[in-house]
Amino acid sequence: MTSADTVTVPAAEPMLPVPYRVSGRTAETHDSVTLRLEPAGEPLPPSQPGQFIMLAVPAIGEVAISVSGDPASRDGALVHTIRAVGKVSGALHDAPVGTVLGARGPFGTTWDLPSAAGRDIVIVAGGVGLAPLRPVILGVLAERGRYRAVWLMSGARTPAEFLFRSELDAWSGRSDIGVELTVDRPAAGWDGPVGFVTEPLARLSLDPERTTAFLCGPEPMMRFSAHVLLRKGIPAGDIRLSLERNMQCGIGLCGHCQLGPVLVCRDGPVVDYGSARRLFATVEL
Amino acid sequence: MTGTARALAAFPVFAQLPEAELELISSTARTVRFAARQRLFSEGHPAQGCWLIEDGRVALDMTVPGRGQVVLQTLGPGDVLGWSWLVPPYRWHYGATSVLPTTATELDTTQLRALAEQDPRFGYTLVLTLFESVLQRLQATRARLLDLYGSPHDQR
Repeated sequence: MTSADTVTVPAAEPMLPVPYRVSGRTAETHDSVTLRLEPAGEPLPPSQPGQFIMLAVPAIGEVAISVSGDPASRDGALVHTIRAVGKVSGALHDAPVGTVLGARGPFGTTWDLPSAAGRDIVIVAGGVGLAPLRPVILGVLAERGRYRAVWLMSGARTPAEFLFRSELDAWSGRSDIGVELTVDRPAAGWDGPVGFVTEPLARLSLDPERTTAFLCGPEPMMRFSAHVLLRKGIPAGDIRLSLERNMQCGIGLCGHCQLGPVLVCRDGPVVDYGSARRLFATVEL
Repeated sequence: MTGTARALAAFPVFAQLPEAELELISSTARTVRFAARQRLFSEGHPAQGCWLIEDGRVALDMTVPGRGQVVLQTLGPGDVLGWSWLVPPYRWHYGATSVLPTTATELDTTQLRALAEQDPRFGYTLVLTLFESVLQRLQATRARLLDLYGSPHDQR
């Protein structure tokens, strides 16, 4: 997926974490937070939308987290949105401002947004899957004239569980992007759509020859969304999605993230549905 | 093709229907408008009418003791609302209320059922067409049953 203009220079020592200090934290939901990390030494090479960084909490462990920051930012800071689901992500989630963490990367393939210039863009996110897609949305909006119609379909369990809520509200108010937020379970005060994200997606009228889709969320959600897009005639190669597996080394050596013939840390996380379709059928050991 | 038949063909559910079937269905169609928060029908009442939503949003709801009217799903432009008229006991399983001002094409389902009974070939095509829509709704509902966005802790 990585194109010539999005190649990232690998770090000189890809297995060696460098120190980054938590300089800001924004609570997104009851279990998710966005951290801003500033280099406490030599910064890592710039990351591209879709890639991930291995973030380490000293004495606890390391976990792969996608970048969720603005791709236009060139201040050397890392921005990651973290959901507390395990020991390491829980420690990252709880890290107060000033905490020094380890970081190495960036690793993996990119969303390759520049190759979608001149096309209609459909972005489909589910739950925390909105985080890796935030740089795509910001990238598209920063150069809005390079793309044709743009839609964002985002699903969450409840209205309180949308990430980036103020940004979602701002994007919803724009006339140059169609935004549909849908929830599984409505709450008091919510009068927006209730349903699965495939439903607003199915309502879109798309030009199969000129549409590129970006999907991120739980694998079944991406599979169901891809089926809707395929039914609309969108080629599998124009449907890009981000896979999540147990990334450990980040450079294709350890094999923990192997999925069929693919090492997700090296050959992914962003792949097209033509490749992912086979991988989704792979039963994990 | 008449204007109404052409308008029906713009709805995804009827997009693949032949012209003759579209014309038959269009003979039962009229445009209706609902203000925001207007009840279209209530759970348990006789089921008459099928709506193709052109604009706006409609919530399907049911009464749950202690929780009041619970919204199960919303439908938007292009969606079909109401198919309990098609099968016995011809009563609504859920209620429906417009969330936003809504414009829809309303089909007279008494006429539509009579047309289907007179011409089983048309009836089969109609049922198959609506079945596709039902299937999509069922698949989306099953996907929600997976509670995919919940924390892994909640799913153990």
